[in-house]
Amino acid sequence: MNPFKTLTSPVIPLLRDDIDTDQIIPARYLKVTDKAGLAEGLFAGWQYLDDGDPNPDFPLNQPQYAEAQILLAGDNFGCGSSREHAPWALAGWGIRAILATSFADIFYNNALKNGLLPVTVDTETHAKLAAALDSAPSLEVRIDLPAQTVKLPDGTEAAFPLDPFSKTCLLEGIDQLGYLLKHEAEIAAFEGSEE
Amino acid sequence: MPKTLFEKIWDAHVVLQEPDSPAVLYIDLHLVHEVTSPQAFNGLREKGLPTRRPEQTVATMDHVTPTIELSLAAMDEQGIKQIRQLQANCRDFGIHLYDLNDPQRGIVHVVGPEQGLTQPGMTIVCGDSHTSTHGAFGALAFGIGTSEVEHVLATQSLLQNRPKTMRVHFEGQLGAGVTAKDMILALIAEIGVGGGTGHVIEFTGPAVRALDMESRMTLCNMSIEAGARAGMVAPDETTFAYLRGRPSAPVGEAWEESLDRWRNLSSDPGASYDQTISLDAAALEPMITYGTNPAMGGPIRQPIPTPARESDPDRRAALEKTLRYMDLAPGKPLQGHPVDVVFLGSCTNGRLNDLRAAADLLRGRKVAEGVRMLVVPGSGNVRRKAEAEGLDEVFRQAGAGWRHAGCSMCLAMNGDQLSPGQYAVSTSNRNFESRQGPGGRTFLASPLTAAASAVAGKVIDPRVMCGDVKREE
Ligand code: SF4
Repeated sequence: MNPFKTLTSPVIPLLRDDIDTDQIIPARYLKVTDKAGLAEGLFAGWQYLDDGDPNPDFPLNQPQYAEAQILLAGDNFGCGSSREHAPWALAGWGIRAILATSFADIFYNNALKNGLLPVTVDTETHAKLAAALDSAPSLEVRIDLPAQTVKLPDGTEAAFPLDPFSKTCLLEGIDQLGYLLKHEAEIAAFEGSEE
Repeated sequence: MPKTLFEKIWDAHVVLQEPDSPAVLYIDLHLVHEVTSPQAFNGLREKGLPTRRPEQTVATMDHVTPTIELSLAAMDEQGIKQIRQLQANCRDFGIHLYDLNDPQRGIVHVVGPEQGLTQPGMTIVCGDSHTSTHGAFGALAFGIGTSEVEHVLATQSLLQNRPKTMRVHFEGQLGAGVTAKDMILALIAEIGVGGGTGHVIEFTGPAVRALDMESRMTLCNMSIEAGARAGMVAPDETTFAYLRGRPSAPVGEAWEESLDRWRNLSSDPGASYDQTISLDAAALEPMITYGTNPAMGGPIRQPIPTPARESDPDRRAALEKTLRYMDLAPGKPLQGHPVDVVFLGSCTNGRLNDLRAAADLLRGRKVAEGVRMLVVPGSGNVRRKAEAEGLDEVFRQAGAGWRHAGCSMCLAMNGDQLSPGQYAVSTSNRNFESRQGPGGRTFLASPLTAAASAVAGKVIDPRVMCGDVKREE
């Protein structure tokens, strides 16, 4: 996992609530046995027109967002299926952080394990950013993980929550499995006491 | 301190809790299927790690498996690859697999309880959000991602932040023609698809106590559709009677010991929850969804909401977008809307009692001309038992397709799917855009509502056909 410290990037607006993981990556793209190549299926139902051509109205297809690494969604992002293919597809496309007013639990956990930062912003900041994007689509936002803040171009700064453990893992690019393996003795002792 | 059921199970499984860190939670039972596991096994191989407790993991194949015939010949290349990989992974890592032609194979959340693998007080995980189903036994059961599947394979443990608790209390008793599916759809409509986020739900109250195990599974199954981490029901005599004699259930002295332990697994009087919600079961009616998430639903005779009446602009826009996708007119009830496909199955409603309820309604009746009805049992076991009772004949006589067990049209990975624009009444759990096939439109409902709608060729209150409600309005 690549460490995450700060990120400055344009923001792709995808202002819908309850974007489920079936929309992020439909089931027909899940017949894979590795993690690569999933970006092709990212938001497939919205990314493509009926004839298979890219939908020019869909923000991810617009040239100003070609290099963008931040996505702005509505409430309850990532609800539904537990498929980790969702963060794999987002990361595969180049997304490194998602701003939303709330996230579904499983998606939130899955994202953190893939170096994808879920940033929960308050409704006021969210509305402000959405409005700013409306008039200046290519504005940039700065995410500072050590400080746990999001900075808008007008200078507004908003703090976001993150548990200290996940923060350390992201900052240092640590895989959580390492932590569990380090505690093998305690796990063995627990198993012994259970029997 | 009085404890809730959740707290009792959680506390008994915390291996370690360091400050500023999530708990290391021990996992008793791990279930695996072909779609969310290959990358986890690859991870073990890359790191040279063994499975810590292979006997505590059980695998089945269900998502991509064909339902017309149980053979690889009926599958596409990618699906075959996933099946082959699961077979190889289970062989290499010493994990028991219900293979394609194993008579016990089926949907992971149907097989676990059926085999008696799912037991009260356990922690149970699977790379699948509907793992919440197993909470019906008073277990703490939740879905995980593929990275976590790897964690459990390697360490039999997971890093977890302690969730909050929510009590959902169903007062009174259900009326005729109203089922557990209607209870959970009513709850989700009430609290929304994010209403349970961060919480473990415990279902309590007389209406819950009166449910059989299969119905309790339906209830817990869809807890995730309210965003909840898990759903659970405290075990009681109904639970124990269901478990007794199942292949993996304890026997003899161990059974008695287990019973003693399980009897302590109810929430203590005075235990407190972070949130409590009460619903009147007696007031519930058959529910159906009109929209593109499970909270967009209501009583079958109630009109579809009108965007113009929605004061919040975002919600108005979302509702407009949904109704455009569904091509539905606001202000009219869904009852009477034509239906192309009826799907009876899934881990929500693909068990024997679901099939019985639908068959009772279909007996002596016919699926309407032009409607395609697919009946997909949740497991090989369910299928055989249904056949022993002659239910397959009832379905065939009515003109419905009788299939082999699997997830099938619940997520449309195996070729069973809607065509663009088609309308389905489905007993599954998700009505997301294109979930049941690109461009498909799903109305979620109970097996009774599904069967009645198949006969009518349109959405209909099943109580009309059971004689419980006089006539269609
Ligand atoms: S039946 Fe549907 S919800 Fe259940 S496990 Fe299969 S795909 Fe998932």
